[in-house]
Amino acid sequence: MALQAIAFYLMAAVTLASGFCVVSARNPVHSVLWLILAFFSAAGLFVLIGAEFLAMLLVVVYVGAVAVLFLFVVMMLDVDFASLRQGFARYMPFGLLIGAFLAAEMVLVASTVAGQGAAKHSLGPAASGTGSALSNAEAIGRVLYTDYIYFFQAAGLVLLVAMIGAIVLTLRHKPGVKRQVIMDQVLRTPKTGMKIVNPKSGEGIEG
Amino acid sequence: MIIGLAHYLAVAAILFTIGVFGIFVNRKNIIVILMSVELILLAVNINLVAFSAYLGNLTGQIFAMFVLTVAAAEAAVGLAILVTFFRNRGDIAVDDASMMKG
Repeated sequence: MALQAIAFYLMAAVTLASGFCVVSARNPVHSVLWLILAFFSAAGLFVLIGAEFLAMLLVVVYVGAVAVLFLFVVMMLDVDFASLRQGFARYMPFGLLIGAFLAAEMVLVASTVAGQGAAKHSLGPAASGTGSALSNAEAIGRVLYTDYIYFFQAAGLVLLVAMIGAIVLTLRHKPGVKRQVIMDQVLRTPKTGMKIVNPKSGEGIEG
Repeated sequence: MIIGLAHYLAVAAILFTIGVFGIFVNRKNIIVILMSVELILLAVNINLVAFSAYLGNLTGQIFAMFVLTVAAAEAAVGLAILVTFFRNRGDIAVDDASMMKG
């Protein structure tokens, strides 16, 4: 148990510290790297609580896809990041004030809920809804593809719409670049595609 | 020392607050704002998974997966909008972005 506590405090501290570095780093590339660290240690927290499948999902989806996407965009755009940080000191006190209130309220509510409501049903981290023989991934699969199949399909639809949206938003037709137009090619008939000429001897064919 | 539900909820609460704080202080830099939104969604996920584990109910983890899906979609579309915005204006300062007003 002591080892678990040490691991929890270590990963929680790393998560929160890197989360703070995300919002306060001067260089957005550093922000992205801190974000990766935050997600990684959050995945560690998930493993600790018994949600291994979500932890792996977090690493694959966030570290593998989202963070790299952020990194691409940050490095691709040629932006003067120094000018973007002008308001930082001005908004700092107000942000700290709001943040302190928010954190205090939520921690208060959380400790109340954990002390009274949820703790009554508490089964401990080991019993994360899984039977003794089932692994976390297997248990999730059993309910995800049966009880929650429509939600699963809806999530796929969300991803499809996001993909199409991102492509449509960033697609750009540069003038002066020849592109393949499938419709024109398909609509071509022998009548429009070729013409028969009968040139006189000694004369060429005009263009 | 047993790590209980309250510990996880406290971590999630502080992470959520850090995300909101990041939106407040980085008003101009939309990239950091998007990253702050990701932090907020991560805090929500931690809450869902913690409750799921301590109530012995898998629904929370399923819902966390959907939140993850929506977060990934949001990041993709947000960054696409950002790229388009940058192409149109040559800058990504969003505090004076009022093109949509017509």
